[in-house]
Amino acid sequence: MTSDDEYTQYPGAQAPDRTRSVDSNGLRLAVYEWGDEDDPPVLLVHGGFDFARTFDVFAPMIAEAGYRVVSWDHRGHGDSQHAQLYSWQADVRDLLCVVNDVSREPVPVIGHSKGGALLVHTIEAMPHRFSRFVAIDGLPFRRPLPDVAERERVLSMHDEVSNWLDHRQRTAALSRKPGTIDNLAQRRLRMNPRLSLDWLRYLVHQGAREDADGWRWKIDPSLRMGGFGPWRSRWLTDRLPGFPIPLLAILGTENEPMGWGVRREDIAPYLPASARVEVMRDTGHFIHIEHPHETASLVLDFLEA
Amino acid sequence: MTAPQSTVFLQHNRVRLALHTLRAGEGRTLLLLHGLGEASPAREPVELVEWPGPIYALDFTGHGASTVPQGGGYTCELLMADVDIALTRLQGATLMGRGLGAYVALLAAGGRPDRVRGAILRDGPGMAGGGPAFNSPFIAHVDTSQKAPPDPFALVELATDVRPADYASTFARQSGQFSGLSQPIMVCARERPPWLAAVMTELDIETSTLHQAVSWYARSDS
Repeated sequence: MTSDDEYTQYPGAQAPDRTRSVDSNGLRLAVYEWGDEDDPPVLLVHGGFDFARTFDVFAPMIAEAGYRVVSWDHRGHGDSQHAQLYSWQADVRDLLCVVNDVSREPVPVIGHSKGGALLVHTIEAMPHRFSRFVAIDGLPFRRPLPDVAERERVLSMHDEVSNWLDHRQRTAALSRKPGTIDNLAQRRLRMNPRLSLDWLRYLVHQGAREDADGWRWKIDPSLRMGGFGPWRSRWLTDRLPGFPIPLLAILGTENEPMGWGVRREDIAPYLPASARVEVMRDTGHFIHIEHPHETASLVLDFLEA
Repeated sequence: MTAPQSTVFLQHNRVRLALHTLRAGEGRTLLLLHGLGEASPAREPVELVEWPGPIYALDFTGHGASTVPQGGGYTCELLMADVDIALTRLQGATLMGRGLGAYVALLAAGGRPDRVRGAILRDGPGMAGGGPAFNSPFIAHVDTSQKAPPDPFALVELATDVRPADYASTFARQSGQFSGLSQPIMVCARERPPWLAAVMTELDIETSTLHQAVSWYARSDS
């Protein structure tokens, strides 16, 4: 066994029972399923810069309780096709293509991080298609901008825009940096500082591919974290008080680079009275990875309530 | 239809952008940006006869002779990056945008004040976008049986994208602060969506005639 092969397994992780693809207007999306095909479906939506196989421990726990768990890699992520264009609207439309492929009846949905925010939008747009919603640190929220001088604010926005334009100039020739499994896991550790190296090495096997010069994350190199645009999270939060289906929000307590740092007191004023909020102590953004059993138990309790 | 003098293709990620030369020559460069669903004109517009330098026109992603992508995903920021790719090739230009192209010209003027020597904003298709505020969330069904170009996704997504007034103002402010131009933006338009009204307030400008705008940017000391 080579050292690379050591990390093809992780305690509790199970590869999906079925993989296939769904066509979203000419774009191929990789779809994964855990559990019996005839069981009632639950949709699981990953966050930005993640991929469906990050659910390899959590999804089987939901499936085990009698659900057909369906997830997919967002365009440009994991095994889905790299697109020419990316946008919020495109992600929402891809989501609907997968839902349409799974069921025309209302389905329960679980979203982590950006996956939760995409679901808030989709559920508001089509409440008749969804029955229950779990947001795992997945409710859109952003604290007001710090109070800095106007000139400073324009300068910082300008830096952001020109850096992004510089990046776009390079995209035609970009590729992800190659490395060993350990290099990639260490790089991911900077963004996921609370997750174990063994788990991240396992993820490299699922989310990266091995080329002649080393391993590379599969995610489209033209994608970049952060950025700017006209989008405001309050467009979604201001509508949460009238959210149309039962909602469970699971929050952590610890800030980390990929997290949104949403606290109960931030989001509570926006939630309908019927919403359930569960806070996991000493937990970061990847709640279902840090505490898969507790998260699955909360989710199953909510789905079966 | 007359073909443009020549066309080059520029690579923007996985999209090939068509940049047409409508008038070759030396001197101040003018780059035309078409409206939503349009394509670059095949020849130089008659009203630009007084422009002293070369004139080019860019087909945005999904329009004209540029690539039509799979599955949509348009944003005006992406089109700003299309313009930036053309500006690199042309080593800077004055922009003249119609409708959607006017909004994109504003973004480019703010994002690349060192490369945009003024932007002329004119009426045309797609000027208002989806308005200044995010209305009820919806997921548009796009009629992909339509012949492309123009990409039917572009028609839907760029007619519904939100253009908040304060967001547009930020780009006007960037062009004002960093371009060194006394008039970084000139407006020759009757339609006045909130984003454009905000830009005019921000820079304290009135509308101009096209003649005024063209002759202003044609001046070497403008």
